[in-house]
Amino acid sequence: MTRFVAGRIGFYTLIAVLLAFFTIPLLWLATAPFTSDPTYEVRMPDFTSENFQMIIDHPYALWSLVNSLVLAVGTAVLVVVLSALAAYALSRVRLPGRDALLYALLLLSSIITGTAAMVPLFQLAIELGLIDSQTGLILILSGGLLPAAIFMIKDFMDSTPKSYEESARVFGASPLQIVRHVVVPLVRPGLATIAVWTIANVWGNFLMPFLLLSDVEKQPAAVIMYTLYTEGGQANLKVLSTFGLLYSVPVVLMYLFVSKKYGFRFHGGIKR
Amino acid sequence: MAQATSPPEARDDAPARRYSVDAAGLGRLRAGAFVAPALALITVFLVFPALWVIYLGLMNYRLTGVEAVNPKIVGADNFIKAISDPAFWDSTWLTFQFVLGSAVIGQVVLGFSIAWMLRDRRGTLKSVVEGLVILAWILPGAVVAFLWVALLDRDSGTLNALLGIPGFPWLLDHPMLSIIIFNTWRGTAFSMMLYGAALGNVPPSHLESARLAGASGWQQLRDVVFPHIRGHILTNLLLISLWTFNDFSPFLLTAGGPDGKSEVLAVHVYKVALQGGDLGYGAAISTIILLINLVVAVFYLRLLRSKK
Amino acid sequence: MGLHKRPVAVVAALAISGLGLVACGESSGSGDTIELTIAQNAIAGGKNARSAGHLADWVIPKFVEAQKAKGKDVTVKFVPSGVDDEQYKTKLSLDLKSGKGADVIDIDGIWAGEFAEAGYIKPLADVVGPEAESWDGWAQIPEAVQGLATYNDKKYALPVGTDGRVLYFNKTLFGKAGLPADWQPKSWQEVLDAGAKLKSSGVPVPIQINAGTAMGEATSMQGVLPLLAGAGGELQRDSKWIGAAQPLKDALGLYQKIYGGGLGDPKLQQEAKGRDKSFQQFAEGKIGILMEGDYFWRGVVNPTDGVAKMADRDEVVGYTKIPAMEPGKGVRGQDFVSMSGGALRTVNPNSKHPKEAFELLAFTLSPEALKEETKDGNVRITPRTDVNKEILAGQPLLTYISDEVLPLTAFRPPVAVYPQVSAALQEATAAVVSGKTPDEAAADYQRKLEGIVGGAGNIAS
Repeated sequence: MTRFVAGRIGFYTLIAVLLAFFTIPLLWLATAPFTSDPTYEVRMPDFTSENFQMIIDHPYALWSLVNSLVLAVGTAVLVVVLSALAAYALSRVRLPGRDALLYALLLLSSIITGTAAMVPLFQLAIELGLIDSQTGLILILSGGLLPAAIFMIKDFMDSTPKSYEESARVFGASPLQIVRHVVVPLVRPGLATIAVWTIANVWGNFLMPFLLLSDVEKQPAAVIMYTLYTEGGQANLKVLSTFGLLYSVPVVLMYLFVSKKYGFRFHGGIKR
Repeated sequence: MAQATSPPEARDDAPARRYSVDAAGLGRLRAGAFVAPALALITVFLVFPALWVIYLGLMNYRLTGVEAVNPKIVGADNFIKAISDPAFWDSTWLTFQFVLGSAVIGQVVLGFSIAWMLRDRRGTLKSVVEGLVILAWILPGAVVAFLWVALLDRDSGTLNALLGIPGFPWLLDHPMLSIIIFNTWRGTAFSMMLYGAALGNVPPSHLESARLAGASGWQQLRDVVFPHIRGHILTNLLLISLWTFNDFSPFLLTAGGPDGKSEVLAVHVYKVALQGGDLGYGAAISTIILLINLVVAVFYLRLLRSKK
Repeated sequence: MGLHKRPVAVVAALAISGLGLVACGESSGSGDTIELTIAQNAIAGGKNARSAGHLADWVIPKFVEAQKAKGKDVTVKFVPSGVDDEQYKTKLSLDLKSGKGADVIDIDGIWAGEFAEAGYIKPLADVVGPEAESWDGWAQIPEAVQGLATYNDKKYALPVGTDGRVLYFNKTLFGKAGLPADWQPKSWQEVLDAGAKLKSSGVPVPIQINAGTAMGEATSMQGVLPLLAGAGGELQRDSKWIGAAQPLKDALGLYQKIYGGGLGDPKLQQEAKGRDKSFQQFAEGKIGILMEGDYFWRGVVNPTDGVAKMADRDEVVGYTKIPAMEPGKGVRGQDFVSMSGGALRTVNPNSKHPKEAFELLAFTLSPEALKEETKDGNVRITPRTDVNKEILAGQPLLTYISDEVLPLTAFRPPVAVYPQVSAALQEATAAVVSGKTPDEAAADYQRKLEGIVGGAGNIAS
């Protein structure tokens, strides 16, 4: 009995520490945007709306969030659809050199997300006429994220039972129908995870949108965030904290939406 | 990998199931068609530019100056320059600390612990803990950087206020510790979710019988849980190590400082390629990072794959 | 996430919309309308918002109107940026390399050499024609400022402005330490003595002279380069680089005295946001003496819109010329020294309408445009003497810099390798601040310099 009580106490202490660790850094974002003269100090805000007014009056801020949405959702749809199809095929059919290929692509994807790839990607975009195009950027970002997405989804596909597919096949369903009606529902939480992972990745990406889009009307929030500094490079915390909050809200909403609708977590299938 | 989450009953016919059965009657041709769009996109926007980067690593290419118009092939010069530069080795060593500390120890251990602690729970507590951990993961990097500067700031930082030690320079005196804890905070969600799912696949009956046989908590973990989630551990380690190796976000916190004491390789490449304009050398270091990642991946595969 | 829809249809729709967007992006204007673009690292609502506003609200409409009066149908589009200078430079370089970029572009004066060598910018006479050389504004621009835009004796751009560096000091703190409000040190020792007095009167940070790598170019411009000039040194003389010579050791020696002797805060030099913090601390009355450019006065402690406002700036903040190590020991035998930089504006060699682009460029630097740009408390030192005479009246600091400091200032060598040399210098100061001796740090600098400039043969012995 005492062991049980001690265990309870230990459990809740650990949970409390965890909650503190994950909450304390967030405090600044909850207070600074509502403070008239924010510093790095977390203080009780005076609940001004002045900072939000500044963002509303900003010529590019709000529209940049729409651009971020276009880029993030576009990339997520492309990555989820293509990686689901590819992962399914790779999981069900033995293609020669499959595993080695996946590992190689995964490793190469690390090079492409680094700074050194900026010149090849820029020149590639120029050659293909994809410069200053959000679609071009979506294609480029998808290329970098696909290997890891395929890798993760294949893991889920591998662990789903095959019996449903067999019976669907008996009833004459085409492979594409099987994917849509049988496999996708089984791995839906996994796909949702990939979608949110993609969105979070694109949402924070600064360098590629900055280099590949020259029209400020197409720039996402990540780029606008970097312009909220002064001539000498000083951070304007009034606008930065407020825009930071507005910039964070859509990803959080998307996460909540996906989480509610698709049961957002990794899931290895229906067996229990 | 394919084995990872298969139920143990299937083990008997393991050789046959090593490569999954073509249950949907896909056939190689249609399988190829399913893979083709992704592969096309990857070839054009990933493989091709990545090979280009490796090629740039063999040139003295720069962003500006004469070498921008007339770059010359310099062969292995960039690689020799890198391995004879102590700053490169410092960065490599710091990167190992960073990956080991924040990914392998921080994210994996913390992520698994949270998943283990919450495995049988439902309801608010679980949602709140998971929600907060995931929040840290999905917030944009630029915002998170401000949060951590505000947390660790020497004069008005929240941490110093809480601990009552105003003026303690965390980012200057303990830059690596700071970015390791930062990245643990930032990335634990992925491991937590992955292990949460993996633990869901461990048949409760197996745990129950182990418990009845008098196995301690640790023994249950080792003998029942671990064999079931081996594949997940492999996936998890591979991905987060790879991501952490290439993670540039410490730059936003310490800018590699003070005096290069937190200049991990991804930051080093940024400084060399973007700030210094030395694109050939930056590409060469990227290639070296790729090779290190390859070695790490092979190591993980050896360690964890299908030890039957 | 769109998964109920047919995946193939989604992909197809994306691909089609992609083609559509690409096609739209390539369309360009029709027939006889001349379309010009002008790019600056400025953006409304963000970095350099005032320049962006001036361009969009005044320059562009006025220019279009003036062209219309001449019977030309011109449209001008402003391409804003507003990011870190290095990122702006990267993007601009990539654009110029690919034959793209705006018709009129702004660059930092210090990039002129590397851009010219890469062929990203070309002599104005080649791009535009003789009218660039015969521009009437040249007569108003001092020789030294013209030098900013000159590379290998050819003019590559028009200078947009210049600046100068001084020592700022807090008169309130000086009063408490028994130091005069009209302080003008004549040697480094007098600066150190003032620092010691400030320290004993309880000032937390008596002297802040930027050091270390975290502050980047600010360490060079507001730190080691003015000190080097004060010790009679230069980076480069007669096309030979100068390594671990005595002036560099002297300059590093002063760092050692300040940061090793408790007169400065060594930690501040290592912080990623150290320069911001130095501004904040000066405004809060924690720093006695600070070496900074005129930007500090205009943009930092400016009581109306500075980032670290000081309501009583005009009463509290004093400024004075940076002394040489000892009188007459400065570069060119000077008693006082400074460093200057400045931006350039030029015509993109890829421009389809270089003549009109140059007209736009010249218009942005016409007296009326400069006067408009600098009104309402946005005064800066323009490249034109005629304009400066008018707008700097009633601006004591800027008049001081323009009259007293600019005649004795120095510029950085406008060569392609300068940024790397500058980085090596910053590392030398970082080494001294964290405890190395000036001799060791100077020797390390020499070693790095050899690697940067292509061997010991390019370094004066």
